[in-house]
Amino acid sequence: MMEMDPVLMSRLLTALTLGFHIIFATLGVGVPLMISIAEFIGIKKKDPHYLMLARRWARGFVITVAIGVVTGTAIGLQLSLLWPNFMQIAGNVISLPLFMEVFAFFFEAIFLGIYLYTWDRFKKPYTHWLLSLPVIIGGGLSAVFITTVNAFMNTPEGFTTGASGFAQINPIDAMLNPATPTKVFHVLSSAYVTVAAILATIAAFSLLKKKTSEYHKKALKLTVTLTFIFALLTALAGDFSAKFLAEHQPEKLAAAEWHFETEEGADLILFGWLNDDDVPAGAIRLPGLLSFLAHGDFTSEVTGLAEFPEEERPPLWIHYMFDLMVVIGMYLAAISLVYLFISKVKKWNEHNKWMLRLLVLTGPLAMLAIEFGWIFAEEGRQPWILRGYMTVEEAATSSPHVGLMFILFLGLYTLLGVLCIVILRRMFRNSPAEEELEKKYPVIEKGDNE
Amino acid sequence: MSYEIIGITVLWIFLYGYVIVASVDFGAGFFAYYAKITKKDHIINQLISRYLSPVWEVTNVFFVFFFVGIVGFFPDSAYYYGTALLVPASIAIILLAIRGSFYAFENYGSKQSNVYMFLYGATGLLIPASLSTALTMSEGGFIVERDGVVSLEYLELFTSPYSWSVVFLAIVSVLFISATFLTFYAARANDTEALKLVRKYALFWATPTIVASLTTFIALGEHNHRHYSNMMDLWWVFGLSVGFFMIALGLIYAEKYYGLAFISVMLQFFFAFFGYGASHLPYILDPYITIYENATHESTGIALIVVFIAGLCLLIPSLILLMKLFLFDADYVKGKK
Repeated sequence: MMEMDPVLMSRLLTALTLGFHIIFATLGVGVPLMISIAEFIGIKKKDPHYLMLARRWARGFVITVAIGVVTGTAIGLQLSLLWPNFMQIAGNVISLPLFMEVFAFFFEAIFLGIYLYTWDRFKKPYTHWLLSLPVIIGGGLSAVFITTVNAFMNTPEGFTTGASGFAQINPIDAMLNPATPTKVFHVLSSAYVTVAAILATIAAFSLLKKKTSEYHKKALKLTVTLTFIFALLTALAGDFSAKFLAEHQPEKLAAAEWHFETEEGADLILFGWLNDDDVPAGAIRLPGLLSFLAHGDFTSEVTGLAEFPEEERPPLWIHYMFDLMVVIGMYLAAISLVYLFISKVKKWNEHNKWMLRLLVLTGPLAMLAIEFGWIFAEEGRQPWILRGYMTVEEAATSSPHVGLMFILFLGLYTLLGVLCIVILRRMFRNSPAEEELEKKYPVIEKGDNE
Repeated sequence: MSYEIIGITVLWIFLYGYVIVASVDFGAGFFAYYAKITKKDHIINQLISRYLSPVWEVTNVFFVFFFVGIVGFFPDSAYYYGTALLVPASIAIILLAIRGSFYAFENYGSKQSNVYMFLYGATGLLIPASLSTALTMSEGGFIVERDGVVSLEYLELFTSPYSWSVVFLAIVSVLFISATFLTFYAARANDTEALKLVRKYALFWATPTIVASLTTFIALGEHNHRHYSNMMDLWWVFGLSVGFFMIALGLIYAEKYYGLAFISVMLQFFFAFFGYGASHLPYILDPYITIYENATHESTGIALIVVFIAGLCLLIPSLILLMKLFLFDADYVKGKK
């Protein structure tokens, strides 16, 4: 293991850390918004159910945020440890958004501490609610800034190349590179939909376990509604992203869709496999849809992979990542729409077993879609680390010990992941929401449980 | 003033901030575990967790801020330190990860667990030791570049009296800073029993702190003459540091003005830290990185400084709010809120 290629091992270790971190980073961006919405509704409607919802979500959030912070620190350092040559050059440009990200994180950390420890400290309940806003803003802004870094790596701009690396650097232009708007939109909306779906999963799961209390029903209604709204926004963001790719990174879109020859009226290919001559087989073909996805016109021309030299093409297996991401996104929108529709019709019971089972799936699937989407985005710009300027090979460390570090970090993340689940289960299993509500609001709760 | 000097000063201030807040945190972890094995945990653990719970995440940001900043201002440091420090820095990350997440697990998630407490206490000493080696390496002689390959000379590092005296200094300073802070915090909480205990800790760790400072000074003289003679030119800064140490010790001994005593400790480390930093210049890594030759492009440097100022306008009021709510709110400190 120690003797393995440092480039490959650096890639694997980065993928491992990021793959683990984005689970908690996504929660970190989305959960504060959901807590804030629940608390706001609770205060406005004077409904203790929503206040309890906000409290319990916040309590679980502390555990996930801790893991988010420490894995975020890990990736922050690993950027320099594993890719020293990349940071030496690109650090000149991307240090600005990295720096801003840390400020946003700082801001969030301060107010998160305040928010979590001042539940009953203020006379007006809205004062405490106001403290959730800086947490949402801080979390959102960190996502925005770090996404601009990733966007820069996809479409580098804001500098000229001189004899010794970059010259005439304009860090603002680099931040506002062409990939930034669509990436930021997609990252934020998908984080919000994923967290809404995960919280919906929890509510649906509790209802399936026969805890048919008002608390869980309200939780489900709120979270599924939010899932629907953010799923629509994410679909819109996805559409923008595809149009961006067609214009600025056509090789990524072409690899995702196994679109080899440039042609007009290109088909969208769902799943399937490639035969020996690299011809898609067994796939569902949606005529003209790729052209529509790329340019908003069913007959437009879409650049094929054959236009690019072989050594600059991304791997073709990213097709599956792309398909899985999109299909899950569709599922989230569809299932939440069905739930909302059923709940509007008085005669039907939106809490039937099958509906709940389908809703339980949404959270885990959404998180998988986040992973698939990132794998697609990152693998889709291979072999580049800085598209058009620096390959991954040139950027990696020369240290021979990366293999050993991979094993150490794998152990660490396994431990953290297992403990996170164990502790969250223990936290909530021992104190059901109904009991907690009765303890805290003895008058209102009488006779509320069905 | 050139942007390079502003940059390194800003970073040094943040590193100083990290040294103080992290020392309180790391030391508290050790004391909490020590109190547990000597069966005195009921006296101080409540106090420690009341302070640490809302601020531990902020502590971590100070650290992230520093390393993101140094790579930003001086990208070559990513190349040299990044390549050489893969193994030690990875170990430090793992320790930090265990510590941070286990703190949350322990305090919010589960019932008291001895394993968590032990790891929390032990990492409180191991992390400062491992992080301080980065400072050791900046003196040169440990990171070597040959034929374009950067590597860390482990044998040099582990046999150097200087590197061991830095490790020792880091550990005892952490315990001293933390104990003086807890003394102040216990006094604010009117918790006489806890105060008696942590005051004893503070007095105890004062001696090794000053002894370790001296031995480190001497060992540095052996290791890097240039730096040592620069420090000698700044002798009065270190004199001030010792002066504040004496004031702090006197106040704690006399059992009064604990707040002032802690401020004196902060000033003691402020002068020592800045005297050390100023005499280290212009090198960041002797002899490979200097602040002038290896700084980032001017446009980026200036953008960083602008963002820094804007960021501070946001951060300082927020930090004051945090301190008002959890540090200077007498009712909260006493446990009434």
